[in-house]
Amino acid sequence: MPKATFSIWRGNGSAGQFVDYETEVSDGMVVLDAIHQIQAEKANDLACRWNCKAGKCGSCSAEVNGMPKLMCMTRLNDLPLEKPITVEPMKSFPLIKDLITDVSWNYRVKKKIKKFNPRPPDKADGTWLISQADIDRVQEFRKCIECFLCQDVCHVLREHTLHEEFIGPRALVYVAALEMHPLDTENRNKDLKKAHGIGYCNITKCCTNVCPEEITITDNAIIPLKERVVDELYDPVTRFIRLFSNQESK
Amino acid sequence: MGEYQTYQHDVLVIGSGGAGLRAAIEASSHGVSVGLVCKSMLGKAHTVMAEGGIAAALGNVDNRDNWKVHFSDTMRGGQYINNWRMAELHAKESPERVRELEAWGAAFDRTKDGRILQRNFGGHKYPRLAHVGDRTGLEMIRTLQDHGIHQGMEVYMEYTITRLLKNENRVIGAVAYTRDRGRFVIFKAKAVIMASGGLGKAYKITSNSWDCTGDGHALAYEAGAQLLDMEFVQFHPTGMVWPPSVKGILVTEGVRGEGGILLNNEGRRFMFDEIPDNYKSQTADNPEEGWRYTQGDKSARRPPELLTRDHAARCIVKEIKEGRGSPHGGVLLDISWIKEKLPNSVEHIKRKLPSMYHQFKQLADIDITQEKMEVGPTTHYVMGGIRVNADTQMSTLPGLFACGECAAGINGANRLGGNSLSDLLVLGKRAGEYAANFANENESGVINLDYIDRVTKEALKPFERAQGMATAEGPYQIQNDLQELMQDYVGIVRNEDEMRAALVGIKKLWKRINNVSVDGNREFNPGWHTALDLSNLLTVSEAITLSALERKESRGAHFREDYPEKTESFGKINIVIQKDDDGNMQVKYDPIPQMPDDLIKIIEEMK
Repeated sequence: MPKATFSIWRGNGSAGQFVDYETEVSDGMVVLDAIHQIQAEKANDLACRWNCKAGKCGSCSAEVNGMPKLMCMTRLNDLPLEKPITVEPMKSFPLIKDLITDVSWNYRVKKKIKKFNPRPPDKADGTWLISQADIDRVQEFRKCIECFLCQDVCHVLREHTLHEEFIGPRALVYVAALEMHPLDTENRNKDLKKAHGIGYCNITKCCTNVCPEEITITDNAIIPLKERVVDELYDPVTRFIRLFSNQESK
Repeated sequence: MGEYQTYQHDVLVIGSGGAGLRAAIEASSHGVSVGLVCKSMLGKAHTVMAEGGIAAALGNVDNRDNWKVHFSDTMRGGQYINNWRMAELHAKESPERVRELEAWGAAFDRTKDGRILQRNFGGHKYPRLAHVGDRTGLEMIRTLQDHGIHQGMEVYMEYTITRLLKNENRVIGAVAYTRDRGRFVIFKAKAVIMASGGLGKAYKITSNSWDCTGDGHALAYEAGAQLLDMEFVQFHPTGMVWPPSVKGILVTEGVRGEGGILLNNEGRRFMFDEIPDNYKSQTADNPEEGWRYTQGDKSARRPPELLTRDHAARCIVKEIKEGRGSPHGGVLLDISWIKEKLPNSVEHIKRKLPSMYHQFKQLADIDITQEKMEVGPTTHYVMGGIRVNADTQMSTLPGLFACGECAAGINGANRLGGNSLSDLLVLGKRAGEYAANFANENESGVINLDYIDRVTKEALKPFERAQGMATAEGPYQIQNDLQELMQDYVGIVRNEDEMRAALVGIKKLWKRINNVSVDGNREFNPGWHTALDLSNLLTVSEAITLSALERKESRGAHFREDYPEKTESFGKINIVIQKDDDGNMQVKYDPIPQMPDDLIKIIEEMK
């Protein structure tokens, strides 16, 4: 059986280096298979997260040859196996060990977003009538598997580490799913502007490019949210009216 | 004596899939303090993999449906050894639980008039599964997660429970280690809910994830609780078979619900060859009628591909064994053929089965809108589990509740697709409610620190056994050997000799895990984690094998070639597993309680 070399980041928050492991490759293998093989044969303590192995849970995020990927959906026959394949952890989050990062920030950010708040039911039995077309729009965002690859590649987080000021593409997709939900009545525009820092996004679309679920993050989620914020909080006419009606412009 | 970080809650929920989350939400709503322990990260539990839908008799697509039909379908599918009270509660309460998910933000597919759409599934008489394309599990877990985080519960991610703690006979907490640092911690609780999911990792070919190692089953058993129906392991008929690295990954029954057909290598639709007597009157006798059924024709009967999973899996095994399988040892599943019937079939398939399209395209280079899939059975679900009270979900140990896959009863000898997601919601909610009540009525217990020192010391032993020791070996080989043993000897087709051999093998493996050794340190060390899961896997494997030996008949998912018929006497009992005072695994029969007349009448009417 042919062999390939994997250059895997080993180490923790304080120190580490790439270590080369050679392993056999067979038909249809994905990067995660190679990691598991290396784990079983040579490095029992090599740390990586995974669950479903079918692109549905978003646990096995890493950078393969420098590209943010789900290891379970990255086929070896799509990679140049004549050179070592580098596998390293995501860069936007603190490293715990090897391929594992501390992604808890994403969970904390999510909790700060105002929760779903539906309108009263349409029918006496507590149910709603919704058209499929209205559902389709949010279903795109609800496909998100929370792999956080978009957060990993977002330069506002990755290079500028503005985690305290900007919630990142994943969380903005979540806000979009809530804001565009046909039943939701909450208004999150002021939060988007201030607490969520939507202005930091300068629509380079890196997040859209790496999304394994092919969610059109920038065009369908972030830009419409930016437009809502502008419409409500920056429109000159409404600003003018607000000024004279003595409402504080927040 | 060691020092341990201690967390205290009224209710501790172990497991953060659908059942654990629903239980935690319910307990929180009763005003008690709740801790939710996740073996992986929140939102990544195995529920996320569920594809087809949630079974609930909403009657949105076919108004003939109601809880009585759902109840009798569940009992028929389970071959009447289900806990009838659980099946009744489940059928009655699941519509309300689904509507509740919508109120919490779930975005289900819709009917033309704007209600929740329902699809056909195996063993369900009418279209009953509320769904979101073929990623219903993701929708469900995300809805529960996003609702749950605002209910005040404390979430502990990447903590693994190693022991339950008891005072006298009552469960009062648990010991865990953190995956990141390998530190031991204590959870004190007035009530504990086990919602740890399945045990698919006891088998080689499985749709289950790394963490489905039967922890809850084993922890409860170790603490003295009874396990029930452990012989019933569901092999889903359609898992991927090629390429090797994806073997076992699930292919949703929704493919067949949308009109997909099973073919052997001669192009024959073999599912028409053998239709069980109790389903004959409900099953189409020609392909045309079957197609009309999948397209919502109320006068048509279901195609044989939508018979129960146990039956479909055995038919597939038969084709393969008799040499009519596909090139890589499966059979063919074809949805692309519907282009003969639907002008826009490509878009239709992509819309109805998006993740299947994606999965095959990316992992197997197959375009399911144009080509046939290769599929074969994969270990999917365990019907057996912790024995619980139907109304309260409390186990035979006071203070220990169980719900979801790790609890037994509702599914009997075979689970219908879609019933697991509704089971999680209905019985998860009940577990949360009754555990909160129990917590309000009881004080916290006293932790025995000596015991904790003992179990933590035991857990660290794999580090002390140097790799160089002659008898020492790594955890992965042992895990692999167990998986092969169970796959070969206690799989879809069973017999006395092979299962006796399995017991001998399991005994040897128990000895080998005393010598398991791991490299490295306690920081996020998968080798160590695998080593610690081994005893749980062995406990459940032994329970499955012993129970399967006792049930000398074939029923539902349990098929014995040495006893191929169903017998009346075994239809009256459940098999119970419990640890005796000497620490040995004991098996006994327990009679199934008499079903009340009103339920008997429902079953008779629906025949």
